[in-house]
Amino acid sequence: MDVQTPQLHFEPGEREPELIHFRAKSRDWASCLFTGLTGLATWLILGMLGVILVNILVNGWTGLSWRFIISNSDQDMFDVNKAGVLPMIVGTAARVILMTLFVIPVGVTTAIYLTEYARTTSLLTRIIRGAVNNLAGVPSIVFGLFGLGFFILFVGGLMDRSVLGGGPEPRWGKPAILWASLTLAVMTLPVVIVATEESLKAIPQGLREASLALGATKLQTILQIVLPQAMPGIMTGGILSVSRAAGEVAPILFTGAAYYMASYPKALTDQFMDLGYHVFILSTQSPNIEQTRPILYATVVVLLLLTFALNFVAILIRTRMRKQMRALH
Amino acid sequence: MAESRQTSGRSHGWMGLRRGHQARPLEWLGEKAILGVSLSAILMVFLIFLFVARESLPVLLGLADSGVYHEPVSLEEMARMPRGELADYLDLSAAEMERMDEATLKLLMEVKAEEIAAAPEDKDARINTVSWPYLLLPHQWTGYDKPEFIWQPVSAIHKYNVVPLFIGSLKATLVALLFAVPLSLAAAIYVSQLAAPRTRELLKPAIEMLAGIPSVVLGFFALIVLATVLQNTFGYQSRLNALVAGIALGFAIIPVVFSIAEDALTSVPRSYTQAALALGASKWQAAWKVVLPAAIPGVFAAVVLGFGRAIGETMIVLMASGNASIVSWNILDSTRTITATIAAELAETVVGGHHYRMLFLLGTLLFAVTFASNLVADLIIHRLKARLEGKA
Repeated sequence: MDVQTPQLHFEPGEREPELIHFRAKSRDWASCLFTGLTGLATWLILGMLGVILVNILVNGWTGLSWRFIISNSDQDMFDVNKAGVLPMIVGTAARVILMTLFVIPVGVTTAIYLTEYARTTSLLTRIIRGAVNNLAGVPSIVFGLFGLGFFILFVGGLMDRSVLGGGPEPRWGKPAILWASLTLAVMTLPVVIVATEESLKAIPQGLREASLALGATKLQTILQIVLPQAMPGIMTGGILSVSRAAGEVAPILFTGAAYYMASYPKALTDQFMDLGYHVFILSTQSPNIEQTRPILYATVVVLLLLTFALNFVAILIRTRMRKQMRALH
Repeated sequence: MAESRQTSGRSHGWMGLRRGHQARPLEWLGEKAILGVSLSAILMVFLIFLFVARESLPVLLGLADSGVYHEPVSLEEMARMPRGELADYLDLSAAEMERMDEATLKLLMEVKAEEIAAAPEDKDARINTVSWPYLLLPHQWTGYDKPEFIWQPVSAIHKYNVVPLFIGSLKATLVALLFAVPLSLAAAIYVSQLAAPRTRELLKPAIEMLAGIPSVVLGFFALIVLATVLQNTFGYQSRLNALVAGIALGFAIIPVVFSIAEDALTSVPRSYTQAALALGASKWQAAWKVVLPAAIPGVFAAVVLGFGRAIGETMIVLMASGNASIVSWNILDSTRTITATIAAELAETVVGGHHYRMLFLLGTLLFAVTFASNLVADLIIHRLKARLEGKA
């Protein structure tokens, strides 16, 4: 006599069976209308997204060539037949890689504190969470001002006045790839914290308890049991922060991006060319917008492919991670 | 006696250290380091405010003076003048100043002295344009026939009235909200309440893909494609205006408003819907009359966050709004926003000059506005979640 009771409570993330469809006897026209309208809005958003992507891909495909991707712009960056985006790709890659070196250790440590040590009700935890949320909402141009005011003028200025500086020319107190990366690191800190926290929370409590029961200390448990398990989540956070930062232009306008450079950045104090900034230059400063349209579209395609590829990889890792976690639970 | 033994048994040892930590000082240090690093988010928010506000402090406190009338400076005095002041006096940017050699500078000094001697004095020349009345109230400048709000930092007399920029930002933001909020709320209701679970799992990431498009790409699209299409359709005068910028801004905030509203709607306990359906409501009635009212604070928070994001967005408005600082509520006029002004003008300013300080003041105001909207949204969501979980 086993009566199956319907499952009423669901763990977060668990798939709920669909609600039983009731088909109203009398056709409820309001229901039909509004369901249709909200559905229409959804598809309208997706349609507009599709239009943007298709327009960019179709127009960009013609200007995109292997030569365009791997050549320098040392001739003329507005010349359709000679311009290339390699320096911008290198500059963008360099600044985001440098950024991850700063943001991942800090972000992961903060996430560890928030999930493993902090009491959820304590005032400090709430303040940290509030700060993280606020950091995520600060306008990107304000990060640019902050980078200029804090990193370049204050930190850079201090370094110039100390033994690190040399000569009358400022060495640190000027726009540089180091300052741009640090500014972006501050900006993407919330992304890394949130992603890492999510993956730490997904690790079964039993794993920690088993480790503690075997005599490991809390820190040992975190470093040797919890962190390796959370690796995919940390990677996702890193990739998401990279994809967010790769497309940002406003924070690097005054902190390191160069309009044009003949050479690649070789030192932390060099400026760099950047894909996103280059899109801005090509769309607003071009001497002949009609003529440079192919390279403009091609540059946009390169930038979009880069950010979407990164997003895609992050989503893949996250999906795999969630599946593994579900198996572990 | 017994009592003291009991407390010492329960005590945490010397200075709050437990035995284990005393035995492993490295570990104790490590844990303190973790705590220290995790405070960096607080530190950063604090530093951002401190350093952006610091640069604008002289204007904020009314200590800066932008009066452009100068007594002519003689060549002997020139040697004693700080370089920044000299650059201001000669109307040069810092970069231009670097390139000048001594002889050219002397020549410029003579030209300037002649200029001052020859020109009849403008009645506005002695005005400190960065004092609060001139920042906020209209003024009848020389050559204008009525008092006006003017942001014009590159003319002979630097005019820094912030009203046109605030109107510009609000205009673009309102258009963005009018465009994005209905669409994203409808989509959030559909995806969270009405769509089949399988469709939902496809729709949600697809809409959130919009967030992956860099804002410079949206700006580019608005500038190159959208502006032309809209102008051809409606046939208005200025190609770039608040409408074009606002719609592109709307694209940027759709994923924000959508995911927060969707989150709020999903966090309403399933039992609410089930109860409504059991009473004979249709799915739509359950969503509209039960779930939405329960989640309304979250929906409000989504709109507030969308507002904060739209008013702080830079590249889209810089590229697609036309950047003319006119006081007009017509959305078909070219518009200059706060963010675009900072982005476009900061590179030309002299570090420490009043134009530079004014742009940092705009940044400070912007930070304050978004900080407030984040805080409000945060509190609303926090309370909503607590309430729903308490009831559930």
